[in-house]
Amino acid sequence: MFNKILIANRGEIACRVIKTARKMGIATVAVYSEADRNALHVEMADEAVHIGPAPASQSYIVIDKVMEAVRASGAQAVHPGYGFLAENAKFAEALAAEGVAFVGPPKGAIEAMGDKITSKKIAQEAGVSTVPGYMGIIADADEAVKIANEIGYPVMIKASAGGGGKGMRIAWNDAEAREGFQSSKNEAASSFGDDRIFVEKFITQPRHIEIQVLCDTHGNGIYLGERECSIQRRNQKVVEEAPSPFLDEETRRAMGEQAVALAQAVGYTNAGTVEFIVDGDKNFYFLEMNTRLQVEHPITELITGIDLVEQMIRVANGEELSMTQDDVKLTGWAIENRLYAEDPYRSFLPSIGRLTRYRPPQEIAAGPLADSGKWQGDAPKGTEAVRNDTGVYEGGEISMYYDPMIAKLCTWAPTRAEAIEAMRVALDSFEVEGIGHNLPFLSAVMDNPVFVAGEMTTAFIEEQYPDGFEGVDLPEPDLRRIAAAAAAMHRVAEIRRARVSGRMDNHERKVGRDWVVSLQGQRFEAEVNADHDGATVKFADGAVQRVVSDWTPGDKLAVLDVDGRQLVLKVGKISGGFRLRSRGADLEVHVRTPRQAELAALMPEKIAADTSKQLICPMPGLIVKIDVEPGDEVEEGQALCTIEAMKMENILRAERKGVVSVINASPGDSLAVDEIIMEFE
Amino acid sequence: MKEILDQLEDRRADARLGGGQSRVDAQHARGKLTARERIELLLDEDSFEEFDMFVAHRCTDFGMEKQRPYGDGVVTGWGTINGRMVYVFSQDFTVFGGSLSETHAEKICKIMDMAVQNGAPVIGINDSGGARIQEGVASLAGYAEVFQRNIMASGVVPQISLIMGPCAGGAVYSPAMTDFIFMVKDTSYMFVTGPDVVKTVTNEVVTAEELGGASTHTQKSSVADGAFENDVEALAEVRRLVDFLPLNNRDKAPVRPFFDEPGRIEPSLDTLIPANANTPYDMKELIEKVADEGDFYEIQENFAKNIITGFIRLEGRTVGVVANQPMVLAGCLDNDSSRKAARFVRFCDAFEIPILTFVDVPGFLPGTGQEHGGVIKHGAKLLFAYGEATVPKVTVITRKAYGGAYDVMASKHLRGDFNYAWPTAEIAVMGAKGATEIIHRADLADPEKIARHTEDYEKRFANPFVAAERGFIDEVIQPRSTRRRVSRAFASLRNKKLSNPWKKHDNIPL
Repeated sequence: MFNKILIANRGEIACRVIKTARKMGIATVAVYSEADRNALHVEMADEAVHIGPAPASQSYIVIDKVMEAVRASGAQAVHPGYGFLAENAKFAEALAAEGVAFVGPPKGAIEAMGDKITSKKIAQEAGVSTVPGYMGIIADADEAVKIANEIGYPVMIKASAGGGGKGMRIAWNDAEAREGFQSSKNEAASSFGDDRIFVEKFITQPRHIEIQVLCDTHGNGIYLGERECSIQRRNQKVVEEAPSPFLDEETRRAMGEQAVALAQAVGYTNAGTVEFIVDGDKNFYFLEMNTRLQVEHPITELITGIDLVEQMIRVANGEELSMTQDDVKLTGWAIENRLYAEDPYRSFLPSIGRLTRYRPPQEIAAGPLADSGKWQGDAPKGTEAVRNDTGVYEGGEISMYYDPMIAKLCTWAPTRAEAIEAMRVALDSFEVEGIGHNLPFLSAVMDNPVFVAGEMTTAFIEEQYPDGFEGVDLPEPDLRRIAAAAAAMHRVAEIRRARVSGRMDNHERKVGRDWVVSLQGQRFEAEVNADHDGATVKFADGAVQRVVSDWTPGDKLAVLDVDGRQLVLKVGKISGGFRLRSRGADLEVHVRTPRQAELAALMPEKIAADTSKQLICPMPGLIVKIDVEPGDEVEEGQALCTIEAMKMENILRAERKGVVSVINASPGDSLAVDEIIMEFE
Repeated sequence: MKEILDQLEDRRADARLGGGQSRVDAQHARGKLTARERIELLLDEDSFEEFDMFVAHRCTDFGMEKQRPYGDGVVTGWGTINGRMVYVFSQDFTVFGGSLSETHAEKICKIMDMAVQNGAPVIGINDSGGARIQEGVASLAGYAEVFQRNIMASGVVPQISLIMGPCAGGAVYSPAMTDFIFMVKDTSYMFVTGPDVVKTVTNEVVTAEELGGASTHTQKSSVADGAFENDVEALAEVRRLVDFLPLNNRDKAPVRPFFDEPGRIEPSLDTLIPANANTPYDMKELIEKVADEGDFYEIQENFAKNIITGFIRLEGRTVGVVANQPMVLAGCLDNDSSRKAARFVRFCDAFEIPILTFVDVPGFLPGTGQEHGGVIKHGAKLLFAYGEATVPKVTVITRKAYGGAYDVMASKHLRGDFNYAWPTAEIAVMGAKGATEIIHRADLADPEKIARHTEDYEKRFANPFVAAERGFIDEVIQPRSTRRRVSRAFASLRNKKLSNPWKKHDNIPL
C-alpha cells in the first residue's frame, strides 16, 4: 500500500479523502491556494503544500504546480477528487510519467469518455442503449416521417444549428412529424440561415439516474446500484437519493450490466459513473460517463456499506476487487441534500462572507456503512444515519473563487419515508449564519408532495418553483405545533425575566398562563400549564398539545417534543417574541398576553417606507470602484461601490432592490460625508 | 355606605376615560395608544398604583373653569417592571392635547421627588402639545420645576424618556436631560421650534418628520438613543432596558439567572481578524459571542456607527460595552463617536455599571471638518469620561490601538483594571508605513529602503508584546477564550473600591 497520498483538491472532497486515507494508515498531503490558507482540508492533512494564488486557474488546475507539490512531498499516489484535474488526461499522463499512481481511470478511458460523440459510439458498440435518432441530414418530409416511425413516437425534430427552442418540434404522429419538419425547416432557415434538420427520440418525463461502477485492473467490474439525481437546477444537482424510487430490479440490473459493459469496453478501471436518462416507461438511454468519483457518492456508500474512496485507492494500488456482484446488496434508503452558499430568495445568487455560525446536525452512524465498519469519524450509533461531508467550519470564510457547495448532508434509514423524515429534522437542526444558503429551499423540497411521492423528473424545480423560491407557508397543524412550542418557550423566558434581582419582596411579577401567539397571519390563544417535565398547551378550541423540551433562553436551537413528535426550531430574538425557522419557513412569532395582544391589534400595519432613492457617502473618502451602471437593476445587499477611507476599503451595498438612475461620482473622486454617490429610480 | 363606595368607582371610571371615547378613538386612529394603555404595557400586569387621579387644574381664564377633567392630562404613579419598582408619568393627549399646566407639572414633580427619595427610576411618556397656553407663565413655571427635578435626579436614579407623540418647544428640555430618549417611528417628533416658525424665520421649508422625527434624531442629531416601530414595541423594549439598569446610584446593577457557560470557548473568534490588516470585520460578532446568550442592547445604534455602545450581561450581571467598529470609518474616533461613547461611559460610571471596551482604533479622523468641529474637546470628553470612571474597567485590544486613540480607549494608563490584547493587536504610535516615513525621512527617495524599514518596524512594533513588556498589557489572550477571560476579570473586580478626590463636581470639557 502507498505510504503517502496527495489530494489534488480542496473543500469537502479533500477532507473526505483524507478521512479514508487516514483510516487506511496512509499519510496525506493537501494542496492549497492563497485563499485556502486556513481551510479545513489544510488543517486535516498531515502536510500541506501552497500551490499559488486564489483563482483555481492559477493554482488547483495548474498541472505543473500540482506536480511540483507531488515531487516536494514525495507522495506515491494522487487522488484528484472531482472537478479541477479529476478528468484531465494530461494530468493522468504527467503522473504516470513520474511513476506516481493516479487514483482514477487510465488516460485512454478518460479521453474516450470525455468526448460526447465518441462516447456515444463506443456505448452503441458495447450494446448500451442510447437515445435513438438519425444523425444524418433529412431531405424531405417523407423521409422525416419514415425515420420517425423507425425511432418510434414521440420524436423531437431539431434544427442542426438550433438552440433556445427555436427550430424544435415534438411530434406524436405522422401528421405532426410532416408538419413539424416543414415548420422547423422554415424557422431554422430564417433564424440560423441553416435549414439542416435531424430527428431523435423525445424523452417524456425524463429522469436522471446514474449507475456507480467499480472496476479493478484484473478485469473485474461490478456495479453498485443507482443514484437518482433528477432534482437539478441549471444542471446543478441539488438533491440525490439511492436507490431510485422509480427503478425496478430488472431495470436496475439491465442498466448496471450495460454500465459495466461500457466500462470494460474502454478498459476502464477504478470508480466511475454512467449517467442515463430514463423516460416515464422506464426506457433508459446512455447520456455520458463520468470518469471520477461523483459528488453524490456518499449515498451509494450508505446503502452498500462500501467506502468508495478506499476501493479507489486499492484499485490504484493494483489490488483485485474483494467483492463480486453477488456481494453487493442495497439496504435501506439514502438521501443527499447539497448545501450551497447561495441565496434562494434572490434567485439563488452566490453568497460569500464569513460563516459566523456553522453548526451541522449531530452525525449518527447507522446502516450498512456503520455495520461494515467503514463509517468515517466517531459518530454515535443509532438506527437512522446522519452524515455531513463538509469542508468549512464556523468562523471560516466562503470565498468567491470556488464552487459554492459547502456541505453534503446525507441521511440513511430503512425506508424512503424514514430517510426523508430524518433529513427534515437534520435540515432543521443545521445552523448556518453569516451567508445566504439554501437550507430553506432544501426543507421545502423535502416536504414537496411530488418529491415525497418519488415522482420527480429533471423539470422538477422549474415546474414546482416556476417563479423562484419565496419561502414556505406552513399548514395550520404545523403552525399550531410551533405556536404551542413558542408559548411554552416564551413562558420560560418570561419567568426567567421575573427572577431578576432587586425585586420588591412579596410583590413580584406573576407570569400568567394565557398567551396569544401570532405567526404567519394566524392567531392562537393558548393556555400554558407548566410542570416539571414540560408544559401542556391548551388552545381556545379545546385542542391540547404537550410540549417537552430542555430549551433555555438564549439557546439558538430548540429541540422539542410536541405531542410525541420531534420539532426542531432555529430560534432568534425579536421584540416581544421569537424569530423561528423550521421546515423552510421563516416566522416572526409574537407571544403576548391577551391584553397586550388586544393593544397590539391597534397598531397600524406599516408599509415599508421608501426612504432612500439615493446612495449617500457615509464617510469622507476616495471612490475606488463603482460596480454598477445607470439602468442596472440592483438587488438588496448588492455591492454598489467601494470607498477607501482611513486606508480601508468599505463596500457600500444597496439597501433595497431598485434601478440605478444616475451616478454622480467616478473612481478616483474624493467625496465628503453626505455627498450623493448615486440615485435610484 | 355602599353608595359612597360606589361613588368612588364612578369617579374613577370618569377619570379613566380621560378626554372621552371620541378622543380615545382619535388617538387609536393615529396609531397611538392612550396614556393608560401605555402604562399597562410598560408595567407588570396589575402593578400600577396611581397618584393624583382626581387632580384638576385651577385656571379660571378663557372659560377653562368650565372644563376641569380629572387627572389634568397626565397619569402618574408607580408600579413594577419584572418586580422592580419604577415611577412613571404618562401624558394624556386626549385631555387638552396633553398640554402642561401648573397642576399637570405638580403631578410629575411629585413622583419625581418620590423616585429620588425612594431610589427608583423615572420613566416619562411624552405625548403633549406643549404648554397650556391659557395658563401662561404658570405653565412655564411648571416646566422649570420639572427641569430642576430632572437635573437633581440625574445620576441618582435612571431617567428614561419615551417620546410617543409631539414634544415641542421648552418641553423638549425635560427629556433632553434624562439618560435615554426613545422615539416611536412616524408618530413622534421633537423640536425646539416647529416647521412654521422655521419657515417664518429662515424661509426653510421642512416637515415635522424631517425636522425632528425619529430618523432625524437617531441618525443625525443623536438626540434620541433609539426608535421603535410602534408603541407596543417601544414599551416592550424599555422594559428590556430597565432589566439591565440598577434602580439607583447606590444599588448594584441587577443580576438575573443565566443559561450560558461563563467559560464558553468560541473557536470562531480566532479567525475574526482578517489576514489583511486593512480589511474590516464586524465587531458586533465579538460582542454577541462574548455576551451571555448573545443578548446585546444597543444604544444609539444608528448614530456615529464607528463606535458601538450598549449593554450586555456577563454571568447574569450588566456590563456596559464600548467598541470601535472597523466596518465604519475603519473604527476611528471622531467628534460624534467621542461624544456618543463619552456620554455612555459616564452613564455607566454614574450607576456602577462595569465597562468592557473592545479596541480596534487606527486613530482620530483627520480633516478640517473634524478640527473645526472641535475634535480636540470632543475627543477629550471620552478621555475624561474613561479617566474619571471608578467602575471596573476591562479592555481588550483586538487589532489596532494607534496613537492618542490608544490612550483614550480605556488604556491601562487611565486606571484600566484589566487590559488584555489579542495576539493580533498592534499597539503603536501609528501604522508602520507612516511611522517609517517620519523616522527614516532621509530614505524617502529610496522605496526599497523604506520597504525594509517598514518591515523592520512591523516586526518590532506591530504586535502586543512591546506594550506587554512594559506591563501596559496585563496579558495577551487567545481570541477564543475572550468570554472566559473577561468574565473572570469582572468577577475579580466585584468588590472594587476606588474613589476620586473630593470635588464639588468636575469640569469635563463640555
